[in-house]
Amino acid sequence: MSLLIVKDIHKAYGGIEVLKGVSFSLEQGETKVVIGPSGTGKSTLLRCINRLSPPDSGHVWLDGVEVTDPKANINALRAEMGFVFQSFNLFSHLTALRNVRIGPIKVKGMNKDAATKLAMEELERVGLSDRADAYPAQLSGGQKQRVSIARALAMSPKLILFDEPTSALDPELIGEVLTVMINLAKEGMTMLVVTHEMGFARSVADEIIFMENGVIVEQGTPGEMFSNPKNKRTGEFLHKINELYGETD
Amino acid sequence: MAFDWAWLPLLAHGLILTLEITVTCIAFGIAVGIVLALMRVYGGKWLSIPASIYIQIFRGTPLLVQLLMVYYGLPSWGISLSAFTSGVLALGLNTAAYQAEYFRGAIQAVKSGQLLAARSMGMNMVQAARYIVLPQAFRIVIPSWSNELILMLKYSSIVFSITLLDLMGVGKRIASHNFRYFEVYIVVALFYLALVFIITQLLRLLEKRVHIPGLGETAES
Ligand SMILES: Nc1ncnc2c1ncn2[C@@H]1O[C@H](COP(=O)(O)OP(=O)(O)OP(=O)(O)O)[C@@H](O)[C@H]1O
Ligand SMILES: [Mg+2]
Repeated sequence: MSLLIVKDIHKAYGGIEVLKGVSFSLEQGETKVVIGPSGTGKSTLLRCINRLSPPDSGHVWLDGVEVTDPKANINALRAEMGFVFQSFNLFSHLTALRNVRIGPIKVKGMNKDAATKLAMEELERVGLSDRADAYPAQLSGGQKQRVSIARALAMSPKLILFDEPTSALDPELIGEVLTVMINLAKEGMTMLVVTHEMGFARSVADEIIFMENGVIVEQGTPGEMFSNPKNKRTGEFLHKINELYGETD
Repeated sequence: MAFDWAWLPLLAHGLILTLEITVTCIAFGIAVGIVLALMRVYGGKWLSIPASIYIQIFRGTPLLVQLLMVYYGLPSWGISLSAFTSGVLALGLNTAAYQAEYFRGAIQAVKSGQLLAARSMGMNMVQAARYIVLPQAFRIVIPSWSNELILMLKYSSIVFSITLLDLMGVGKRIASHNFRYFEVYIVVALFYLALVFIITQLLRLLEKRVHIPGLGETAES
């Protein structure tokens, strides 16, 4: 059974339907990349999955447990789904180390020593153990995003949702974040990634999902999508992305 | 003409009462103010409307009226409080309304992404408020909160009107005995000035102590 199943999600804001029935699934260890024009509902989709924005209808299952069940323990389920934001959202009043260990301590009830050790390991994993005592304001954008990935990892999540993790970064800082994400994918982390980084998609995505106007237009392996997209819109969009962002790998 | 300064030590007693009243009502105001602020920001309609009505009433009417109502008015409803309790209660209820507004502003100044990140890692609302939003809001609020503390220290002088012998009350009593209004009130004023100076310095120290790079400044994330 799939690790994540998303079935017929609908979501409207102020009467305007942003998601018009989105369904897909994600296997354990898979990386899927979601692409699509701005305002298409990609962020909304990620937020519906962990119910930061509750969907109007449709279902989400994580590892067999229904996330959209009103009786579900949503906090426990969210603890199993990492979320990496475009704008990092590191806790401003906490050092990098404390940002990473606060989840294990407060949400999972881990003791402080074990959590500190774990947090140091996760910072090491993203190459920032030497910045453990820095506050977010003292870190570069790329470093902030790597800390936020470490923060997600420290919860030992079943999957991580990424919402345009490199879009707020200066071009020269994108690479360091993508490298971390590529390694994660290779280590078998299950990831759902909204991104414009086609180099990343090409090198690690098991599948690319192209969304437009609240629906999935087409999905397929990077090979299929790049070489012969079935839908005309997919081809046009990939062409435009390529002009805008180029290849970064 | 020779001055009789024997009254000076009496003021020290008044000073202690002034400090007691200020500290107690400020502490009361912090506790109630935070609850009111949380009600206003996160409480939904049913909690935020009562909170704002409370705030409107206590900010919209004179402190002196509130004080006199508690001390002279409540007994007619069968609630008789000591002068000290009345003073602290009236000042505390009043400062709570002001502090609630400062805390509300500070909570709303914490970037919305902070709460989102906390909730998305599985914190419930109480944890997110306690571990993420409030620690940041407290740092943001210090400057306006410091003002309120200093105002309350000075406003506490109105308790002389309900017979309390605080700094002002003692001063007034002394002056009405020796008729040296000018000297006595100058000294009273200097006492307040010294207290304000000391408290300002302490608050500055506190602000430095809890300062975190990027918080309260105009830095992102
Ligand atoms: N909280 C909200 N309230 C009202 N409208 C919203 C809200 N969040 C998103 N929307 C609207 O929903 C639509 C989809 O937004 P969403 O952020 O999901 O798009 P996106 O595909 O992530 O776009 P982008 O590439 O710009 O991030 C947009 O029109 C947006 O204005
Ligand atoms: Mg988006």
